[in-house]
Amino acid sequence: MTYTRRLDGRKMDEPRQIIAKAGVIKNADGSGYFKIGKTEAYAAVYGPRDLFPKFMQNPERGILRCHYNMMPFAGMGDRVRPGPSRRSKEISMVTGKALSAVVHLDDFPNAVVDVFIELPQTDAGSRCAGICAASIALADAGIMMKDMVAAVAIAHCDGTLVTDPDYEEEHYPDFATEPVADEHVADIPVAMVPSTGEITLLQMDGKVKKETLLEALKIVRPVIVRIADLQRQAIHQKFERWANGED
Amino acid sequence: MESKLLVNDHEVVVPGQVLAEGIDYFPGIGTYRHEGSVLANQLGLLSIEGKVLKTTPLAGKYLPAKNDVVIGKVVDVLMSGWRFEINSPYSAVLPLKDATSDFIRKGEDLTEYFDLGDQVVCKITQVTSQNLIDVSMKGPGLRKLHGGQFLNITPPKIPRLIGRHASMVSMIAAATGCDIVVGQNGIVWVNGDPLMETIVAQAIVKIEREAHVSGLTDRVKAFLEERTGKPIDMAAVEREAQAREQAASDSRREPRHDFRDDERGGFRGGDRRDFRGPRRDNDQGGERQDFRGPRRDGPRPPRQDSFRNAGDAQ
Repeated sequence: MTYTRRLDGRKMDEPRQIIAKAGVIKNADGSGYFKIGKTEAYAAVYGPRDLFPKFMQNPERGILRCHYNMMPFAGMGDRVRPGPSRRSKEISMVTGKALSAVVHLDDFPNAVVDVFIELPQTDAGSRCAGICAASIALADAGIMMKDMVAAVAIAHCDGTLVTDPDYEEEHYPDFATEPVADEHVADIPVAMVPSTGEITLLQMDGKVKKETLLEALKIVRPVIVRIADLQRQAIHQKFERWANGED
Repeated sequence: MESKLLVNDHEVVVPGQVLAEGIDYFPGIGTYRHEGSVLANQLGLLSIEGKVLKTTPLAGKYLPAKNDVVIGKVVDVLMSGWRFEINSPYSAVLPLKDATSDFIRKGEDLTEYFDLGDQVVCKITQVTSQNLIDVSMKGPGLRKLHGGQFLNITPPKIPRLIGRHASMVSMIAAATGCDIVVGQNGIVWVNGDPLMETIVAQAIVKIEREAHVSGLTDRVKAFLEERTGKPIDMAAVEREAQAREQAASDSRREPRHDFRDDERGGFRGGDRRDFRGPRRDNDQGGERQDFRGPRRDGPRPPRQDSFRNAGDAQ
């Protein structure tokens, strides 16, 4: 048995419905909103600004600092305990690494660009949504960057690769309507620079064969390119709104 | 391969957006080449100059450059100077000698000149590779600001607020009768009738939001006439613009010095460019101007506490 029809009826390489916006937080230097399915992320960028503590300063170039946070009511039922956790610290770090591959901060020695990612609602793929929102926010803040970074997860579900899994697919055996041959689900979030195809984030929860992983990366590239287009559109739409005298 | 332009002039472009395909177009500021295409690397307005594609940014922080006139706020009083916050990631220092020509004794209270929270118009005299900034108060129009209100605009949009030959800012000033000082760092000082100050604030918000749409001057003109309820006296605008141009002519913005182009390392034979001996700014030869021996204002009072005079005092 294999997974032939997705639980929510999507095509195998079809991401959930995406809404992207820019300029959603007035007080920030740049901000972005990214909603994919039921996962929502807000990102606010402040800076470049003075960096303290001073020992963190880099006299060669500015640094990027990311903070990922799930709101207490964002989870699937249980309250998410506020404050930094092992998980959120890790995601903050990998998000920062995924984004610093594109940003160019050589003109801002000793300074910092702070990125705050807040998730009011999550349903799988929250680090990818966070990266997408942060990328919009960085571009909106006028930070020099060679491209947007787009991210999406791909899952290996009972022998089939599916793009952008939701919660039910991540826990496929619990929700399967057909008999399951392979109980094991692998979840692979990928962030990429669309123009070059550079991979800036690649994690995996579970295990797959080498061939499957390479196949997954091949499938994910066109989706990444499409997401990046939506991110750019979001910024264009902000300026259209402003031109029309809207908020 | 046929080269193809994919965007129009004066269009908003976003990082990673492909602007042109083929090798006939060249990247300028805010764009770069990748595999035969020209891509944007900063959010901005595209301007096409022949075959060169470049962008003027629409967002971003103020990066200090020499000869910029900026509005700063005192955040610290130092041993011999003041530290200013200038709406940038970096703060600026005003050394004592560039603040006033008064003689200031050692240990004197500097807050008599500028106290914490005072706001001033000053000019950037020096920027280092690490963005350490020196400012000066010596120059036409540089002063402490009293009263009025401080408004903000995104620094890259300052050229739109000033306009060609200061046309925009002169129009706003003439229409509202307000005193307006525009700092290159995105801080604008407005002083005048409180009602008119609000109209200036609204006009600035309009410029901020519509900077990327052409025909801005006409729309701002219509806006000002509607809000003030009277037509703008274009002759007054012209006079104002000329005065501003005159004032600005001796404080032209110099492009940021690119330190990466500099020859690195120390002495390599020949003259060192960065150090040609001690400063001799005031040296016209002849007598030293700053020290002409000890002061001789009058006869010195006898020293009361000295051992030798102890007997005389009684």
